[in-house]
Amino acid sequence: MANTGGASIEPLDTDAIRADFPILGRAVRGGNQLVYLDSGATSQKPRVVLDAERDFYTMHNSAAHRGAHLLGEEATDSYEGARVRVADFIGADPGEIIFTKSATEALNLVAYAMSNAATAGPEAARFRVGPGDEVLVTEMEHHANLVPWQQLCLRTGATLRWFGVTVDGRLDLSNADELISEATKIVAVTHQSNVTGVIPPVGQIAALAHARGALVVVDGAQSVPHQSVDVATLGADFLAFSAHKMLGPSGIGVLWGRRELLETMPPFITGGSMIEVVRMEGSTFLPPPERFEAGVPAAAQAVGLAAACDYLDMLGMANVAAHEESLTAHALAAVGGIGGVRILGPLDTEHRGGAVSFTVEGIHPHDVGQVLDELGIAVRTGHHCAWPLHRALGAQSSTRATFYVYNTHDEVDALADGVRQAQKFFGTI
Amino acid sequence: MQLESMYREIILDHYRHPHHVGLREPFDAQVHHVNPTCGDEVTLRVTLQDAGGEPAVADVSYEALGCSISQASASMMTDAIIGKTVSEAMDISAEFLRLMQSRGEAEPDEDVLGDAVAFEGVSKFPARIKCALLGWMAWKDATARALEEREQT
Repeated sequence: MANTGGASIEPLDTDAIRADFPILGRAVRGGNQLVYLDSGATSQKPRVVLDAERDFYTMHNSAAHRGAHLLGEEATDSYEGARVRVADFIGADPGEIIFTKSATEALNLVAYAMSNAATAGPEAARFRVGPGDEVLVTEMEHHANLVPWQQLCLRTGATLRWFGVTVDGRLDLSNADELISEATKIVAVTHQSNVTGVIPPVGQIAALAHARGALVVVDGAQSVPHQSVDVATLGADFLAFSAHKMLGPSGIGVLWGRRELLETMPPFITGGSMIEVVRMEGSTFLPPPERFEAGVPAAAQAVGLAAACDYLDMLGMANVAAHEESLTAHALAAVGGIGGVRILGPLDTEHRGGAVSFTVEGIHPHDVGQVLDELGIAVRTGHHCAWPLHRALGAQSSTRATFYVYNTHDEVDALADGVRQAQKFFGTI
Repeated sequence: MQLESMYREIILDHYRHPHHVGLREPFDAQVHHVNPTCGDEVTLRVTLQDAGGEPAVADVSYEALGCSISQASASMMTDAIIGKTVSEAMDISAEFLRLMQSRGEAEPDEDVLGDAVAFEGVSKFPARIKCALLGWMAWKDATARALEEREQT
């Protein structure tokens, strides 16, 4: 599964971890204790993250980068401190970290910057795309890393192309040499599928893309929370991820980009805080990262994200990845072993993260999810914002369990039991 | 268990053996509706006829991919509205919508809704309301189009 960096692995103390997450103690439907297997949609938050946000609002709240007062100074320090902390988490330079509202916005930022390049100065030439140019994506993308590129092609006349997937949900790279050509301007690929958990060989794809002069955008929404990611070795030019999927608050995401690219990339959202000089006739913009952060920044959320980075680093990302690999292997055997269950994607944990999506013969996923909910087990059902991938794998929709630091092997067993109860309830066994 | 209040036996019966299923000719309008959150879809056709100078529902035929709730709801809908005037069917549809938005607090009229009164339990689960309404919304849309066609010809 994920690169564990060769460090020695220590098992996570899930009892201690669970005590840090107040929500895991609550009862849900039927008085059952919550079994939360939907962290791929959004993770729960430990007390240290909640406290960090509360402390910001209680003691330091003010608009960062504005205000001639002490609170303004503290808010700015908190916000910029968070930038340094997040940069360190992925091995980046703080000046390469742009805070957005979400991973989705981070991906849109790059896509819109590329069409905005049409009317920007000559320095933005390498971001321009138009008729004859190609934008390359994959069939396994979350809609957030697909629709923005479809729209970019619509706006610019560029052509969208894509890698397909194999029957077991891996990326089909057999025609990579044909797909990645001189016409390719940008390659957008996920670092971990939110449906199958597949971890595509991003480094290999990036090397091919760079050899043809294309830029590489990586959707790290499902990888950064679950494995150690180092942008120095990733091979990407841009990496997008979200705080709320990595124990942090909702409302803030991150775009990392190579400094030399950010320096010439045109802005996406414009307004206050991102300008250098404004006249009625026109405006000039600040250098990155400020150029890409219009408006009063989400400082409390940034502080919460920094606390989440601290928490994850305290656990150790290699340990987090190993914990999830163990749960995933258990789930693949326990759920995959039930008659009538089909796992979407690989059946082993090789280059595969902790998302286990499956179908149950004769029972619609929404009905499976309803029975699980009755038992207190929270899963996601539907196409998980990856409709083309479901189509490619021959599934109308699926039930998905995703794991994180606080999940236990008992919860995996509860999931498998729940699936059997659904089969009993609907009389398919 | 709350589960039984949602999955009433009659709902599961309609799910396993849906009524009026299949796409039939002739028809006046056809629509395709999806529930974008789960990917469920229905293709639905309506055929209208004249009943004493008033348009009436001659047939509703459909093919649907979806959960038990959306399938059973479409099936019960056809039972409730085929043979009614469009105006009566719209009243039934409004009554069903009222039931689904009631969070389990409505007292549905079995004379109006037929088997669909069994959806009272479903109305307690807000996430399933869209499932239950998929077929009904498709029918309303198809009927509006069919009526428009009639006015134009």
